[in-house]
Amino acid sequence: MTVCVKRALFLAAALAMAAPVIAQDSLPPAPYAYTELPDPAQEEAALHLMQTIRCLTCQSQSVADSDAQMAGDMRHLIRTRIAAGETPDQVRAWLVERYGDYISYEPTVSATTWPLFAGPLLLVLLAAVILRGRLAKRKGATVAKRGAQ
Amino acid sequence: MTRLRVFLWGIVAVSLAVFGLFAYQLSQPKDDFIQSAMIGKPMPQFDLRPAVEGLPGLATADLANGRPKLVNVFASWCIPCRVEAPQMEALRQNGVDIVAIAIRDRPEDLAQFFAVYGNPFTRVGADDVSAVQLSIGSSGVPETFVVDGRGIIRYQHIGEIRPEHVALLMAKLQEAQS
Repeated sequence: MTVCVKRALFLAAALAMAAPVIAQDSLPPAPYAYTELPDPAQEEAALHLMQTIRCLTCQSQSVADSDAQMAGDMRHLIRTRIAAGETPDQVRAWLVERYGDYISYEPTVSATTWPLFAGPLLLVLLAAVILRGRLAKRKGATVAKRGAQ
Repeated sequence: MTRLRVFLWGIVAVSLAVFGLFAYQLSQPKDDFIQSAMIGKPMPQFDLRPAVEGLPGLATADLANGRPKLVNVFASWCIPCRVEAPQMEALRQNGVDIVAIAIRDRPEDLAQFFAVYGNPFTRVGADDVSAVQLSIGSSGVPETFVVDGRGIIRYQHIGEIRPEHVALLMAKLQEAQS
């Protein structure tokens, strides 16, 4: 009896674990998902671009790092477009046009992200201005002290 | 002295505002969806071969024939796609023309999927390397796009269509009519 229950439990566990496997497509990966381009310069350009494009399935990985089928298809897309003579910037622009800035795994300056870049600069500037004001005051104070002596 | 006091209270106020913002954002449900940036733009050029025996494939020209359509991005291996099957059938019975893009699928798997869950589609194109999916800014399966009679993408529904979404999609199709 217990063996039976154990077996049933094991089967249930196995089925539960098997579910995500069922949700995988049965086609082989796209031709250039795991195959490098024959031209090393093009492959390097494509690889560098892949490292800066976000995987849509697993959003905290780049398409170069992910084994998701969609990341494979995106690597295929990037490699075929680079092989066809497009520049990495053109391919990146093509993707941003379709998915917005979020697809970029490398922070870029845009209409919505510029405060992230301008903010720290403004803070440093502000700190410099305050520091200058303080130092000038202190200098003035020491000079005044000396004058009094 | 009062200036220092005002300054210190200012720091307290700013910190409270920052932590308040954190608390608010943490209490909001996380939105993982990546919206397509193609809404309002024409469907890109493509011509997909038929994905399953007995139904035609899907090309851009089929989407600009004057009649608004639903374009369902789906796959036989996708579990939530089974959940939306009854809603697809309801939409079809409401007179909606639904076409589909099958992602990384095999004809025999699709035939089996349709045998079990029904086939609400008039056309099914095979997208073997997700090329069309990537060109319309779709980031997973299932997703459903409302495309107007001129082939312009008007609305994107991400995830499975649940019963409560049917009325919304009907309204979006109505809007696309004008």
